[in-house]
Amino acid sequence: MNNMYFIFKRELASYFTTPLAYVFIVIFLVMSGIFTFDMGAFYERGQADLSPFFGFHPWLYLFMIPAIAMGLWADERKTGTIELLMTLPVKLSDMVLGKYLAAWVLCGVALSLTVPIWFTVNYLGDPDNGVIFAAYLGSWLMAGGFLAIGSCMSAMTRNSIIAFILTVAICFIFVACGTEIVLNAFTWAPQFIVDAIAGLSFLTHFDSISKGVLDIRDILFFIVFIASWLFASAIVIEIKKAN
Amino acid sequence: MIEISHLTKKFDSFTAVDDLSFTVKEGEVLGFLGPNGAGKSTTMKVITGFLSPTSGKVSVDGNDIADKPIAVKSLIGYLPEGAPSYPDMTTLEFLNFIAEVRGYAGEEKQRRIDKVIDDVELRSVCHKTIDTLSKGFKRRVGLAQAILHDPKVLILDEPTDGLDPNQKHHVRSLIRNLAKDKIVIISTHILEEVSAVCSRAIIIAGGRILADGTPKELESRSNYHGAVSITLGEDFDLHAAIAQDPDVRDIEQVEGQARRFILLPVPGKQLFAKVSEKSQSGHWPVTEFHLVEGLLENYFRHVTQDSALVNSATSVQQG
Repeated sequence: MNNMYFIFKRELASYFTTPLAYVFIVIFLVMSGIFTFDMGAFYERGQADLSPFFGFHPWLYLFMIPAIAMGLWADERKTGTIELLMTLPVKLSDMVLGKYLAAWVLCGVALSLTVPIWFTVNYLGDPDNGVIFAAYLGSWLMAGGFLAIGSCMSAMTRNSIIAFILTVAICFIFVACGTEIVLNAFTWAPQFIVDAIAGLSFLTHFDSISKGVLDIRDILFFIVFIASWLFASAIVIEIKKAN
Repeated sequence: MIEISHLTKKFDSFTAVDDLSFTVKEGEVLGFLGPNGAGKSTTMKVITGFLSPTSGKVSVDGNDIADKPIAVKSLIGYLPEGAPSYPDMTTLEFLNFIAEVRGYAGEEKQRRIDKVIDDVELRSVCHKTIDTLSKGFKRRVGLAQAILHDPKVLILDEPTDGLDPNQKHHVRSLIRNLAKDKIVIISTHILEEVSAVCSRAIIIAGGRILADGTPKELESRSNYHGAVSITLGEDFDLHAAIAQDPDVRDIEQVEGQARRFILLPVPGKQLFAKVSEKSQSGHWPVTEFHLVEGLLENYFRHVTQDSALVNSATSVQQG
């Protein structure tokens, strides 16, 4: 437990001693600004809510999160520090969780810096703050889902570019399988298959959370999803560490 | 005590370590010698718990690495090949991280870090990021993290690779000082290092042990053991003067030096006294004359090349 904290601390500090954290945060804020105000027509639609802001998050995360996740394990392999790390008296689970949590907290920091838009919408109108809070929570959980996929993909290779591309590809599947286009392609299939496909999508679960419906099943989905991918990460690391 | 029994490690079809067995006791400094790809690093990676063996057992102080990996890892200090460390951390931050993970806190942590910084002479680069350090300093940072917890077992993969002669000397004396009541295993391909710091040497190639003994013993197995080197001031027919002697097995001319010769004795015989006497009575134009110590390098080449020949012969047969 302690060791997980030390790994977490080291990892988080390294995000902030390199430009990575700052570049990530600035780009994240600029992009969410563009999406919200320009493409989402925040002012023009004249409604006091943040749905244009949150609606773009899955697509923003699709490229931003793999960029943080790609280095998680690939860099350790590349610099050889994985050998150092794995010969220290630390459990593999502590390493996987510590590193993951550090990246997740970085996402949380970036997300929390968008809070001025929450103030703005309160200044302009009278939004349902409960819904906005739920949406923030859902957005962070969704970021965690993307990140867990990224952790596993990063463990697969020593090349972080490959890890990035693999992560984007797999994340895209988990986002897109909830869109109308994909689901319409399965009209021939029995309803339970369509539901299963839609049920795997981040969009489905995120949409319901961001509408303010804090269903335990949606939260559970993300938690189980994250746990499974992290478990897979640990297995992949164990298998691939020697290569 | 480290006990390794019937250790085999395969990567797909390639056998890196082949049924290796040996034990190392407290106080021993074991030098692991072998050509590149001999299985030295792989063996070390298995002992430190980074790789799991295909078959066989490794135990450190009675703890099997497969059953109690964390216990074994806390006994070991390890410098991996190339001394990897986190490039974006400063030396101090890095050592601090290692100390925390090794379970130290507060004053004890400070004391350990301070001591190791002094031991390895890192004071001047404490606040520099590891990325910006020279190769020698990086190596020393790696060494510092390995000895920080004063481990019972110290495993160093090519600890002096890339250091200048002064730094090499420093690291070797450091290893010698550390070695009391510890087990030290170092791998190297610098043979003089083995003579300088090791109390025992194992030569491996193709994942197997070819020789095991003290550096002196291995040297004495060299062809050159008991040979004498002789340099002549002017042209002189050395062959005519001594080749018929029954104790002389061969006379070699030293490469690139026309008048320097090595006289090889028949195994078990000593030539020094005899040649000394003959050269004086025969008025040889000798400018330099000395006894050649058994050359570890010579023995190393002898055993590892023979095994390479054997290996290629068997693979031809199999093919």
